[in-house]
Amino acid sequence: MNKSNTINLSGIHKNYGKVNALQDISLDIKSGELFGLIGPDGAGKTTLFRILTTLLLPDSGKASVCGLDVVRDYREIRRRVGYMPGRFSLYQDLTVEENLTFFATVFNTTIEENYDLIRDIYIQIEPFKTRKAGKLSGGMKQKLALSCALIHRPEVLFLDEPTTGVDPVSRVEFWDMLDRLKQQGITILVSTPYMDEASRCDRIALMRTGKCLSVDTPAGIRSTFSRLLLAVRSASMYRLLEDLRAFPGTYSCYAFGDAHHLTLKEESDAGVSSVVSGLETYLQAKGYTDVSIESIKPTIEDCFMALQPEA
Amino acid sequence: MNVIETENLTKRFGNFTAVDHISFTVGEGEIFGFLGANGAGKTTAMRMLCGLSVPTSGEAHVAGFDVYRETESIKKHIGYMSQKFSLYGDLKVWENIRLFGGIYGLSGKQLAAKTDELLRVLSLESERNTLVDALPLGWKQKLAFSVAVLHEPRVVFLDEPTGGVDPVTRRQFWELIYQAAERGITVFVTTHYMDEAEYCNRVSIMVDGKIEALDSPQALKSTFQAKNMNEVFHALARKAKRGE
Repeated sequence: MNKSNTINLSGIHKNYGKVNALQDISLDIKSGELFGLIGPDGAGKTTLFRILTTLLLPDSGKASVCGLDVVRDYREIRRRVGYMPGRFSLYQDLTVEENLTFFATVFNTTIEENYDLIRDIYIQIEPFKTRKAGKLSGGMKQKLALSCALIHRPEVLFLDEPTTGVDPVSRVEFWDMLDRLKQQGITILVSTPYMDEASRCDRIALMRTGKCLSVDTPAGIRSTFSRLLLAVRSASMYRLLEDLRAFPGTYSCYAFGDAHHLTLKEESDAGVSSVVSGLETYLQAKGYTDVSIESIKPTIEDCFMALQPEA
Repeated sequence: MNVIETENLTKRFGNFTAVDHISFTVGEGEIFGFLGANGAGKTTAMRMLCGLSVPTSGEAHVAGFDVYRETESIKKHIGYMSQKFSLYGDLKVWENIRLFGGIYGLSGKQLAAKTDELLRVLSLESERNTLVDALPLGWKQKLAFSVAVLHEPRVVFLDEPTGGVDPVTRRQFWELIYQAAERGITVFVTTHYMDEAEYCNRVSIMVDGKIEALDSPQALKSTFQAKNMNEVFHALARKAKRGE
């Protein structure tokens, strides 16, 4: 086994009855890496976390964390990792400070001993330390859960959808917090359904319905997008979407905020320019006078959708 | 004709003002995006508009009914769905349609016809007898939306309807929204996906209980000299003083 890998997964399978939650997942996550599992609900992200945190046994395959086997060495792994589940799992009827003290005690340490690690995060909820955890707002619960997951100074931090349901500004702040933890040398595995967060990771795995579709750096994944991508805009966007889909040269067309992202069946550079001028003529004939078409770089969401068969 | 009208609508909890004198109107068939940071007061405002929470002061009418005195009438003329609550997972697809249709006063042939049409439009005919929990989240949310507008309400409230839904299905969901709006149903929607804010006719952004901006996405971008709605949101929400 490679010593520089903190997490190894090899051929992991997990079924729940007829549902294949994980199908043949193999991944290596390097020491000190900020690694993202990117995918919608039902991708298998939580199942993967539960296997790596020794809370669930895989049906087959091997997995290790810090060089320790998730089945045989589960006790040792539990000492060395921090886990923030997707659902708030602290004690609602204990106060903020009591929760943190509890987790510190369970791991044979004290808040004081590791305060420097959590200070940035905990300082924001410390004014409310006598409030019961159940009475905290969503954002404060999240900060408390992260503090509790960190209080024993884990080597690896597992964060299952920490930003789901969180507004865009707070999401940016959360990722800034992860950057600072990464600088402390903690390996971080984090999952998210928000594709735009992928760029904050060193490497990502795109996941869907129990399968790993692609593993690379965000830039590496974007570079595998093979087709020319066009952003098309006009004043009547909904009609434009339907007309673009009806255009014979269209391979795929999706709404992307203020523009529609269009790819063409034609892939050769020479062919593309004539298809684009054909498209301009087609849209003029449909009565559009204000269409703009520009070539753009794909986002991770474009790549994910290109990997995903039509639902 | 306005489907939602509010004038200085306010809600206080003790000495905390969750919603602070908000005034706006939403027209028939409009897709209205109701944005704001966590804790800005969106949920409280939405609860008042749905007749679930009595305002402290101010005026509001939804579908022509008063939010103080006519809350039962409001509930009959609106639809509601959220990411957290939509359908009953341990009931079958047809049972959910039957339940919610019945609650909204549909029955007999009318309900049967509506059920068939709904399943056909969503291509869910083969899933009629499937437990809702066994459906992928995206299908479930599309079904939940269709059920929420089954009784052709004047307005449907959608609270983060697409959270966690895969990118392709998220877009199909928005096509359902457009179709409902074309039928004249007003859509009042919250989301944390800023690309979805671009699909709204108009967008309001709440900061610390107040509506700090309200206009079309185009106009907001030009006012804030922003490339997209994400930049507009960041420019406004960063000014927030209060935590959640």
